[in-house]
Amino acid sequence: MRYEKPATAKEAAGLLAKEKGAAFLLGGGTDLLVKLKMGMVEPDLVVDVKHIAKANEIQTTAKGFSIGAAVPSARLTEHKALQKAWPGVVEAANLIGSDQIQGRCTLAGNLCNASPAADSVPAMIAAGAKAVIVGAKKRRTVPVEKVATGPGQTCLGSDELIESITLPKPGPRTGDAYLRFIPRTEMDIAVVGVAVCVTLERGRVKTARVALGAVAPTAILVPAAARALVGTSLDDEALEKLARACSAACNPIDDKRGTVEYRTRLAGVLAKRAAKIAFARAGGKS
Amino acid sequence: MTHDKSYVEKDYKVVGSRVKRPDGIDKVTGKARYGADASAPGGLVGRVLRSPHPHAQILKINTAKAEKLAGVKAVITSADLPDLTNGDQGMAHILENCMARGRALYDGHAVAAVAAVDEQTAAKALKLIDVKYKKLPHVTDVDEAMQPEAPVLHDNMFTRGVEPAPTKPSNISARTQMGYGDVDAGFAEADVIVERSYKTEQTHQGYIEPHACLASVNPDGTAELWVTTQGHFTFRNVCSTLLGLDIAKLKVTSSEIGGGFGGKTHVWAEPVALALSRKANRPVKLVMSRDEVFRASGPTSSTSIDIKMGAKKDGTITAAVAEMRYQGGAFPGTWAMLGCMTAFACYSIKNNRSVGWDVVVNRPKVAAYRAPSAPMAAFAVESTIDVIAKEIGKSPIDVRLKNVAREGTQAPYGPTYGPIGIENTLEAVKAHPHMRAKLKKNQGRGVACGFWFNIGGQTCVDLNIGIDGTVNLNVGTVDVGGARSSMAMIAAEELGISYDDVKATIGDTASLGHNDTTEGSRGTFSSGMATIFAARDAIGVLKQRAATMWGIPLEDVEWQDGQAIAMGDMHSNLPALTLKEIAAKSGRTGGPIAGHNEVVADGAGMGFASHICDVEVDPETGRSQIVRYTVVQDAGKAIHPDYVEGQFQGAAAQGIGWALNEEYIYGDDGRLQNPGFLDYRIPVCSDMPFIDTKILEVPNPNHPYGIRGVGETSIVPPLGAVGNAIADATGVRMTHAPMSPPRVLSALDARDAG
Repeated sequence: MRYEKPATAKEAAGLLAKEKGAAFLLGGGTDLLVKLKMGMVEPDLVVDVKHIAKANEIQTTAKGFSIGAAVPSARLTEHKALQKAWPGVVEAANLIGSDQIQGRCTLAGNLCNASPAADSVPAMIAAGAKAVIVGAKKRRTVPVEKVATGPGQTCLGSDELIESITLPKPGPRTGDAYLRFIPRTEMDIAVVGVAVCVTLERGRVKTARVALGAVAPTAILVPAAARALVGTSLDDEALEKLARACSAACNPIDDKRGTVEYRTRLAGVLAKRAAKIAFARAGGKS
Repeated sequence: MTHDKSYVEKDYKVVGSRVKRPDGIDKVTGKARYGADASAPGGLVGRVLRSPHPHAQILKINTAKAEKLAGVKAVITSADLPDLTNGDQGMAHILENCMARGRALYDGHAVAAVAAVDEQTAAKALKLIDVKYKKLPHVTDVDEAMQPEAPVLHDNMFTRGVEPAPTKPSNISARTQMGYGDVDAGFAEADVIVERSYKTEQTHQGYIEPHACLASVNPDGTAELWVTTQGHFTFRNVCSTLLGLDIAKLKVTSSEIGGGFGGKTHVWAEPVALALSRKANRPVKLVMSRDEVFRASGPTSSTSIDIKMGAKKDGTITAAVAEMRYQGGAFPGTWAMLGCMTAFACYSIKNNRSVGWDVVVNRPKVAAYRAPSAPMAAFAVESTIDVIAKEIGKSPIDVRLKNVAREGTQAPYGPTYGPIGIENTLEAVKAHPHMRAKLKKNQGRGVACGFWFNIGGQTCVDLNIGIDGTVNLNVGTVDVGGARSSMAMIAAEELGISYDDVKATIGDTASLGHNDTTEGSRGTFSSGMATIFAARDAIGVLKQRAATMWGIPLEDVEWQDGQAIAMGDMHSNLPALTLKEIAAKSGRTGGPIAGHNEVVADGAGMGFASHICDVEVDPETGRSQIVRYTVVQDAGKAIHPDYVEGQFQGAAAQGIGWALNEEYIYGDDGRLQNPGFLDYRIPVCSDMPFIDTKILEVPNPNHPYGIRGVGETSIVPPLGAVGNAIADATGVRMTHAPMSPPRVLSALDARDAG
């Protein structure tokens, strides 16, 4: 097994392009190292992205934020402007694993691991985040909801890596929130995750984005759920409609973590709770 | 007199205080050496190949390729562990559980093992072993395994305890029955009769330290084993038998132990490591992964239990019947019998009957788990008592008190109770401020009781006094829950010296006579007794030496507060001799000063506990959060109250985990789906409230200090306490543990559907 620590994303893409065996990217390593130790993967090449300068930065621009692929979750919490702009994304990233994991795990890694239950992904989708993907020959930007294509599968080519995640600058009176259900209080995998982002106008929802995790092969954006909220001030009827739309969008599996029935039901329950938080954060009064 | 076992009331100087624990610094600084922390020159890494099938015939194992791999020093199969058990069926099952013999009986059953120069080579070698299986139908559920059409695991197993004896083999290894009175007459007297059926899922002890050992066998038949265990003497005896070694030539040393809870009372990896070392002629270290621990160590039974109880309107329980089915994994055990013995043990019920069925299934062989079999029985009985209380409109505590077992009550399993503390714990619960605390919306409160026998058994202790008067105490009962501290306290108490002057060590098997395994909450009770007697023997020697130093008759010497006193007017001019002064001169008065004792400690005092649990149930998700929890338990005498409280809290925490989320989940393919702490959900710290404790002390008459075992009892009530609290919060009676969010939500739905 070779270990490389390139200085630029382009150089990393070059290493990936040249490798004929099994190549893996190492960010925080909170998924890769576990898989390595359990003997689930046997890499020929490991490319560590933590030595790419840009991948370690959180940049604030006129358009919003750019979060490097190697930035650990714990640093998102420490970033006051990001925390203020996208509290839902930050709280989602800080539900991953334990305090120790927070010091290592990254948004890009959470996305590329492509678990349907990844906590940060629905929150990023609701916030309209995009992934900046660098390949050996070209660069492209892809909405986060298009990155995972199935459990453990992404749209990334064998020579591509995510350099950063961008988040737009939230418009006025915008609020987001993420809630997940786990049987315990922490250190667990979401049975269902729901992210809601709303922008208000005169006390009513003008635009909304609702995303679900752990209820389909990938995290999903649910336009019907968003439509249930638009034009309302989150009255009971709107919330019921939201819950029904979320449950209807579910296509989960029965497994050790939850049944189809339970996941479908909880998607609605959590959506209502998350919507109320997002609405309040946007300054809404119900 | 010095070896009198009976309780004598006295004032203590050291016992009952909260001294510093002797293992604390090593453990918090990482210096403590656990099972995996030993190494040896030329040591190899051992790894085990396990069956991916729940039930299969092993047609052929080809190890040739693995043996040829560079760095592989030994590959073994059952052929390298010939059957030396000489007709001992129990021992034969242990052997077959350690290494499959022609058939795999559960997902994870060991099939072959390798010893190689490093981890990578060993892992590679495992992949080169070719095993040809013929898959057989499997069964993992206890009720299904009892059906006539179920695949039979052992074609030589005919149910014991059934008349007439069955002519066909089945998965039911034994039927047990106990109780007394006329239950039909009892039910005829009842104003209300409640019948309920319960299920509990399989749980694992969840000790943080996986099984680990370092084995070294020499060509001359001597051998050493360093191992994390609750009983190194037992391990020595079993391993010697399985490997054909002389008991005296196998030295077993117990490492620090990172939790056992009954799970480290049996061998799995150790005979395999010894066989690998014997074949490779090099030391072999074998450490189980977490996956292996879950799949192939000894979790506790899953159960299916029916309870029928009848009561009068005044709360008197007139009859109680339990029918209990316990799965023991792939090999027979006596788990249902323990369920029968404990089910109604907290109560005095005129007519009672318990029937137990021990059942084998395609799961790992069950081992003890803290008060084994009792929590499931208590879940069923304590839940049913609350249902009765509700039906007759009385408080659950008062119904329990109305029927409570007392001194003189005959236990359902036969003996008559001496002084016991169940009534005291219930009265303490009734008076506890927790019972009057206000509950918020969606919250409920439940109370439940629990019983555990506690045991005594064989113990051997050496006490040696150094020339500076400090004391080495060598104990052979493994320190699982604070033995070194409490034994040092007891020695200091008896000798009349400071706790800091006693150093307790757990001796290896070459240094002491046989000590039974630390199980059944026997450690403090039996080692404590042997330590008292060893110290009193040493005092006898100290008095002798003082008499010699003074030149006076022995009968004029008494021992008080750590010093020899010359008694009588004739010797009034002789100043007292301290232990230190006598020790300093010991070389000239007869040599080293020591005390020794070996004893079979009998008369263990039964343990009883009552718990209070407050729970908040989320009506939309079915998730339960424990918001307040109180344990009241009779300790007989708390030697070191910190450790006693820790045992109460730890036992309650494990019971709560079982009640809420812990369970083995098997797929239709018969494979364990959650062999790791991510999906086998033991509680994390933030799941738990502070667990409040109250120690009661009802002395055990059969111990000089009145000690009762304390380690296990408090895992018994939590399932019932949580279930009763959920019922109080929601009006829904949960009958399937763990009472996980999906199960509670579906019960709430059923309630709402009317």
